[in-house]
Amino acid sequence: MIYDFFFRITDSNIIASIIQSLLPLFIFILPFALFAVWLERKVSAHMQDRLGPMRVGYHGALQTIADILKLVQKEDIIPNEADKPLFNIAPVLVFIGSYAVFAAIPFSGAFIGSNIDLGIIFIIAASGFVVAGILMAGWASNNKYSLLGAMRSAAQIISYEIPTVLVVLTIIMITGTTNLQTLSEMQTGHFWNWMILGGPKFGIAKFIFIPFMIINFIIIYISTLAEVNRTPFDIPEAESELVSGYHTEYSGMKFAMFFLAEYANMFAVSAIVTALFFGGYQSPVGYLGNLFGMHWLVPIEQFFWFTAKGIFFVFVQMWLRWTLPRLRVDQLMAVCWKYLIPIAFVNLIIIGLITVL
Amino acid sequence: MKEYFNNAWSALYTIFVGMKITFKHLFVPSVTIQYPDVKLQLPERERNRLYVNMDDCIGCDQCARACPVDCITIETVKSIPGEDLGKTSNGKKKALWVTKFDIDFAKCCYCQLCVFPCPTECIYMTDVYEFSEFERNNLIYDFVTLTSQEREDKKNNYAKFEAEKAAAKSAPATKPIENQETTKP
Repeated sequence: MIYDFFFRITDSNIIASIIQSLLPLFIFILPFALFAVWLERKVSAHMQDRLGPMRVGYHGALQTIADILKLVQKEDIIPNEADKPLFNIAPVLVFIGSYAVFAAIPFSGAFIGSNIDLGIIFIIAASGFVVAGILMAGWASNNKYSLLGAMRSAAQIISYEIPTVLVVLTIIMITGTTNLQTLSEMQTGHFWNWMILGGPKFGIAKFIFIPFMIINFIIIYISTLAEVNRTPFDIPEAESELVSGYHTEYSGMKFAMFFLAEYANMFAVSAIVTALFFGGYQSPVGYLGNLFGMHWLVPIEQFFWFTAKGIFFVFVQMWLRWTLPRLRVDQLMAVCWKYLIPIAFVNLIIIGLITVL
Repeated sequence: MKEYFNNAWSALYTIFVGMKITFKHLFVPSVTIQYPDVKLQLPERERNRLYVNMDDCIGCDQCARACPVDCITIETVKSIPGEDLGKTSNGKKKALWVTKFDIDFAKCCYCQLCVFPCPTECIYMTDVYEFSEFERNNLIYDFVTLTSQEREDKKNNYAKFEAEKAAAKSAPATKPIENQETTKP
C-alpha cells in the first residue's frame, strides 16, 4: 500500500521502491535504537536501585543523541595489523544482515517492506547472514579476544538456529503459510485468535494446542535470545572475559553500526515472536478506527500494536539481562542440544500428529 | 528421565523467581544522590578545609607547631607602641601583626591537630570539601587580611622603630663626642 502510494506520487517504480526500502530504517530502526539504548540504561539502572542517565534532557531522554554525536566525532581507528578491507566491510555486513530482516517484517496491514511468500524463512536466512559479518570482524581485528568472541558467536548462532527453525516449522504446519502478512491476517479478531492460544480455528485442536504453543513460545524466545547474543547468552561479547568480543577494536561510527545492528536485531527477533505467536500487528481487543468508521486509522493502530508488542518483548530481554548471570560455553551448548532441540522435536511431532488428525 | 524434566522445570521456575525479584526492584526508589545538585548531610564533626578567622588570631604560632606536615607557615611582626591592634573575641590583647598566614592544602592531612591548641579558637574546620584546583600553587591559601602594601608598611615601621630605638640607645655615647667636635672651634 505504501509502495502504491509513493508510486502514484512519483510515477516511478524505482524511486518508490527506494523510498519504501529506506522507510523502516529512518522511521523505525534509528529512532528505535536511540530509544532502546536509553530504555536499556534506565531499566538496568532502576533494577539496581540506581537512576541511570539523568542530566541530558528529561530523565536523560536525549542521552543517546548526545552519545551518537560523540561517536560521529570520534576518530576512526584501524589497527595496523588488521586486515583492512575485511575490517571495514564487517560492520556494514552485520548491519545489512539485521536490516534485511526488516524487509519481511509486517509492521502493519498497510506496510511491509517486501511481501514475499517465504517471509519467515527469508528472515531466518538473513539473520544467519550476520554470522559472516561477526566472524569477519573478529578475524580482521587480528586480536585473540575478538577472534574468540567471533568463534563463540558463530557456534552459538548456528546451534540455536535449529530450535528456532523447528518451532517455526510447527507454526508453518498449523497455518500452512510462511508469509508473515498472511500469518498476521489469520490471527485477526481478538486475542484468543493468537497462535499462543491455539490459533484462529475453533475446535478441540485449539485447546490441545495451547500448552504446546506455550512451550514453543518459550523455546523460540530462548533461542532467539541466544541468536542476538543477549545475556544470559552473551558469551561472544562477555565483557569480563573478552573485553567486548568481536567489536573490541572498533571505534566511532563502525562501532555505532555494530551497536545499531544489535538493537535492530533485538527488535527483529521480538517482531518474529510477535508475528508468530502474538498476532503480529493485530490488536487484542479491536480497532478504534472500525468503531468510529475511520478506516484510515486502522493501519496506524496496527503499527502501534506491533511496536508496542515488540517493545514489550525487548523490555523482557532487558529484564532477563539484568536477572540472569552469563552461561558457560558448555552450559550454553547443553541448553541447546540437550533441552531445547529434543523438546522442540517432540513438540513438532505432536503438533504434526494433531494437525494431520 | 525424571531428573531431566525436573532440571528443565527448575531452570524455568528459578528464572521466573529471579525475574520477580528484579521486577520488584524496578519500582524501589533509587538510592542515588544526584551529587552536585543534592548533597549528603555531613556528620557533625566532619574535617574538611580549614578556615582562619584573622580577627581573632594573635599570631602565637601554636597551630604551625602542632601541624604534623608543616603546612602552616606564619610570620609575625611586633607592633610598635601606639598602634592599636584591637582585642580578640575572648578578650585577649593582640600584640603582633600577622604578615603571613599560609596554609598549603596540598600538604594538609586534615588531622585537626592545629585546631585544639589555638588559644582563641580562630582556626577551625569548615564544611567545604570542593576546592580542587588545576595548579598546585592555587592550593596555598593566604588568610592574612592585610594588603601586601600594609604588610610591607608594618615590616618597615617595625624596622624603622627598631633602628630608632638602637639609635636612641647608642645616642648618649656618641652625642658628647659630637658635641665636643662641634664645640671645639
